[in-house]
Amino acid sequence: MTQTFPLLSRLLHWTMAVLILAMLFVGAAMVSSLSDYSRLVAIHRPLGILLLVLVAVRLINRLLASPPPLPVAMPPLLKFVAHASHWLLYGLMFALPLVGWGMLSAGGYPIPLIGSFHLPPILPHDKALYAILRPAHTVLAYLLFLTFLAHLGAALTHALVFKDGVFRSMVK
Amino acid sequence: MPDDPYSFAHLTKAASLVRLSGVGIVLVSIAGAFAATAGWLSPGRLDADRMIDRFEAVNGEHPGFRRNHAKGVCFTGWFESSGNGARLSTAAVFWRGRMPVIGRFALAGGLPMMADGPAAVRSMALEFQSPDGDRWRTAMNDIPVFPVKDAQAFYDQLAAGKPDPRTGRPDPAAMQVFLARHPETARALALIKAQPFSSGFGNATYNSLNTLLFVDGARVARPVRWSMVPHDTFVPEPAGKPADPNYLFDALIARVKDSPVQWRLVLTVGQPGDPTDDATVPWPEGRNRIDAGVLTVMALQDEDDGACRDISFDPLVLPAGITASDDPLLSARSGAYSESFTRREGEAKPPSAVQPGTGS
Repeated sequence: MTQTFPLLSRLLHWTMAVLILAMLFVGAAMVSSLSDYSRLVAIHRPLGILLLVLVAVRLINRLLASPPPLPVAMPPLLKFVAHASHWLLYGLMFALPLVGWGMLSAGGYPIPLIGSFHLPPILPHDKALYAILRPAHTVLAYLLFLTFLAHLGAALTHALVFKDGVFRSMVK
Repeated sequence: MPDDPYSFAHLTKAASLVRLSGVGIVLVSIAGAFAATAGWLSPGRLDADRMIDRFEAVNGEHPGFRRNHAKGVCFTGWFESSGNGARLSTAAVFWRGRMPVIGRFALAGGLPMMADGPAAVRSMALEFQSPDGDRWRTAMNDIPVFPVKDAQAFYDQLAAGKPDPRTGRPDPAAMQVFLARHPETARALALIKAQPFSSGFGNATYNSLNTLLFVDGARVARPVRWSMVPHDTFVPEPAGKPADPNYLFDALIARVKDSPVQWRLVLTVGQPGDPTDDATVPWPEGRNRIDAGVLTVMALQDEDDGACRDISFDPLVLPAGITASDDPLLSARSGAYSESFTRREGEAKPPSAVQPGTGS
């Protein structure tokens, strides 16, 4: 198998990989430190919105430019897991920033981005909504971290053990 | 026949097993780094969760209420900006004109049903809703300085001040130990004691205690502390404690029913060398003070469904033109308020002690 992902797909993939991993660590550090909390929130919020924009671009790109097929020899179950985990990643990449934005809206927080430019609320200021969305943001973040670990584990296994060209299709 | 890379036979070859372990080590390392970052490997780290847990340990659990400044009442009104603050900050709050505010009067402490008393610190929390849609939230106290310098000291002081279940009073020895370790708190408490409390909410001066940086049109940032200075005449708190457990709030309700209550927002500009990172230390006298406008409290609402109920008066909800200083309490308050907010928003709230009723 020699087909690779188009350049734009690879660029989006690796840029988002770095940013999402950074985002997960910033999020974890944020809630575990009172002294660094505000500095980290100030990174977390705009980075989240950037990731929302990037995943939207990426989804359009994914629908327009179809990825190279998985190796014919790959067992159907593995193929299914590969496809399902990719769509789970897409779902979480959309859900996390949207739930974050929604939870700040429901909590009645202003959402400043740059200077006095604010994002509008996407949900009403509502106690019950906030109480659901705030913990959901945390649970989804852990789920994204676990999915990322599975994705990385699978990628490295393709590269080192299967040696079937799947890993190479995303690096060159 | 070529080796099938997906077969069990291939995966269990020695070379494959070594590589698979390598993959495992990479994943475990990343998971470990994440766990360390999240504080799971250092249970002693002071995070927002532990801070709010301590409030609950000291005060008991009071679902639905703020974990600190638990007893309070909402208010609505106006801020009429004089335009003078615009010299210090580009924030639209300081443009000349009138804007709505939402706020809350409260007593410091985590007991929502506590009796009003001369020992309780009073607070005013406020959200300015400026004409450009920006928000400034602030929570001020009627004391001249804050008793502690950072989150850890606050956390330790909470434990030292916890009432002994046998006597109902804090153990004086524990507070002595705390004060010996924190001379800055001993100095701050002396300043707090030296300043007489006023007789009510309406004639108290509320101070920011923390420092923020005000950024002007030329991008010059200056340290600022601010105060709400009452129009009502200062009367010192009378000796003795009235029998009415809500006498301070009841007097406030009567005062607001009588006529709107006003405060002047006074901005105090720090000089180089004035401490910005230590709220236990007052700034010297003679600092430039700017009259930024007048706050008018028009009406009170109970916080069972008043507008302030679902607002966290996070001190770092700031408009463009005001930014955080190096005061460590700001980030700590922001994090702890957020945790308190998340817990209480998920809980059913029993009625508050203070019920201004309709028409106030």
